Amino acid sequence: MGKKVGKQTFVIDTQPAIINTATVVGPFEGKGPLKEYFDHIYTDNLAGELSFEKAEKEMMLNACFTALTKAGKTPQEIDLFLAGDLLNQIITSGFSALELTIPFLGLYGACSTSAEGLAIASMIIESGCASNILVATSSHNSSAERQYRYPTEYGSHKKPFSQRTVTGAGAAIVSKEGNGPKITHVTIGKVEDLACKDPLNLGAAMAPAAASTLVQHFADTGRGPEYYDLIVSGDLGKFGHQLAIELAISQGGFDLSKNFKDCGLMLYDLEKQDVHAGASGCASSAVVTYGYLYKKLLDGTYKRLLLTATGALHSPISCQQGENIPSIAHSVSIEMI
Amino acid sequence: MARAPKKKPLTTTQKRYQEKVRKLQPRPTLFRNAILAFITGGIVCVIGQFITDLYKMLLGLSSAEAGNPAVATMIFIGALLTGLGVFDNLAKYAGAGLAVPVTGFANSVVSSALEFKREGLVLGVGSKMFMLAGSVITFGVVTAFFIGLIYAIFIY
Amino acid sequence: MEAKIYLFSFLVGGLICMAAQLVLDLTRFTPGHVLAGLTVLGGILGGFGIYDSLVDFAGAGATMPISSFGNTLVKGAISEAQKHGVIGVLTGMFELTSTGITAAIVFGFLTAIIFHPKG
Repeated sequence: MGKKVGKQTFVIDTQPAIINTATVVGPFEGKGPLKEYFDHIYTDNLAGELSFEKAEKEMMLNACFTALTKAGKTPQEIDLFLAGDLLNQIITSGFSALELTIPFLGLYGACSTSAEGLAIASMIIESGCASNILVATSSHNSSAERQYRYPTEYGSHKKPFSQRTVTGAGAAIVSKEGNGPKITHVTIGKVEDLACKDPLNLGAAMAPAAASTLVQHFADTGRGPEYYDLIVSGDLGKFGHQLAIELAISQGGFDLSKNFKDCGLMLYDLEKQDVHAGASGCASSAVVTYGYLYKKLLDGTYKRLLLTATGALHSPISCQQGENIPSIAHSVSIEMI
Repeated sequence: MARAPKKKPLTTTQKRYQEKVRKLQPRPTLFRNAILAFITGGIVCVIGQFITDLYKMLLGLSSAEAGNPAVATMIFIGALLTGLGVFDNLAKYAGAGLAVPVTGFANSVVSSALEFKREGLVLGVGSKMFMLAGSVITFGVVTAFFIGLIYAIFIY
Repeated sequence: MEAKIYLFSFLVGGLICMAAQLVLDLTRFTPGHVLAGLTVLGGILGGFGIYDSLVDFAGAGATMPISSFGNTLVKGAISEAQKHGVIGVLTGMFELTSTGITAAIVFGFLTAIIFHPKG
């Protein structure tokens, strides 16, 4: 039976497996260095749909159905569908669930959803209530841009620390039984606020959450950073990544400089693609971990992976009313056992 | 006037972190951005001047009369470039050089109208058109109202 | 004379844009703040009659930037105020600026009908 260790970490005794995953990305992401690891690359931002929101739903559905097909499962064999995205009222997830016809629980953790989904899925399986859970998350550059920032055709100058919201979706099937990387520990984060206010500088706003959850994970489990082959954050970007490394040293004395990477820095070619500080959005950590890193776990490149996805829990309204940007991070240990 | 929001004092950790962020934050390429804005802004104005002179010559207008059709033409160019999806790519480099002239005003109106066409002509295009440019009109009109009022009461 | 106005319109227009870019880069103001600020500034300079001297000197270098919008609003309000007093402020406000606003609305509407956002 699962138990809580330390303050925020839960040991998952049944060690559910991620039996299969699927990722789809937009055309811009398909030009990046990880293009071979995605199941489908769209040639059109609209994915053949009539609006960016509908395109995002098409992407999430495509990822879900591809994952089901690859795992050889039908929607009827899945007990629960856990999904979240960035749009108001998480419409992408709700409308996808309508077509999947799997019992659905909506998640909102902003860009931390990829880790939140895996964490909740493994805890539900640990409880014995369910044996197969489909988790999914998505983001779309244009639908996020028009909701959080400006109309997509508005000409604005980007700051060097701004990040590009990823167009894409990722889905993973977590099962009680089956082969694949196992989820062994999850650390659920607390909401942090170090008084960042700039919605264009989310890396700086989220770095404190990443550092705090990582430090707590190491303290709770007694594992140090060196236990893992790779520790990966979701979308801190160049500047946030650097801040998280410094915070982990100053808050807990943990040296992350050797094996700490950021999905937001792996997805794009920062030199050639005009993305400023890197990638952001729910799909950033989802397509990199469910796509690239999942395959690297299967082929043995990595044996122990710690996914720490961060999310900024603000809205345009909270920012305009002068509130700080609160942030959260969840860690999931994924190990080949 | 709205009540000023209560400011929560920052904790020491927050203060220390904000200092670190300010210190390490990558700076915009100030010099390059300023030069690009200067050059593109200058070019847009020279084009505007050329169009003004053209109207003066072709239609025999005075300088003041030719200003209005010239502004409308520049707005048309800004709108067309926005519709073609070119404006945002140019503005990545030009920055304020394209945003400050009327081309930028046109872009803010047209991009909003275009973006919300999928929400319908009335609730989308019609009501969202001025979501960015509205503040310019509001503040311009309020300023002009008070200055006009001062003139009407004290000077004449 | 001809060449001079082109030179000055380049320099003055460029300088206004450069100043706005510096404010954008050095402060946390958004483009919305900066453009509204420029409009107010143009209006105030117009109230003192300074902006029109700038227009005489720099031509389109002064009429193209958004500050000119503030100036023409003020000019319309003042000239009607001279004839009709306080009511003139209300009736004259858009007298000179209606071209810009009408053009923006009409072209905005037509563009929205013809084109699609590319993302």
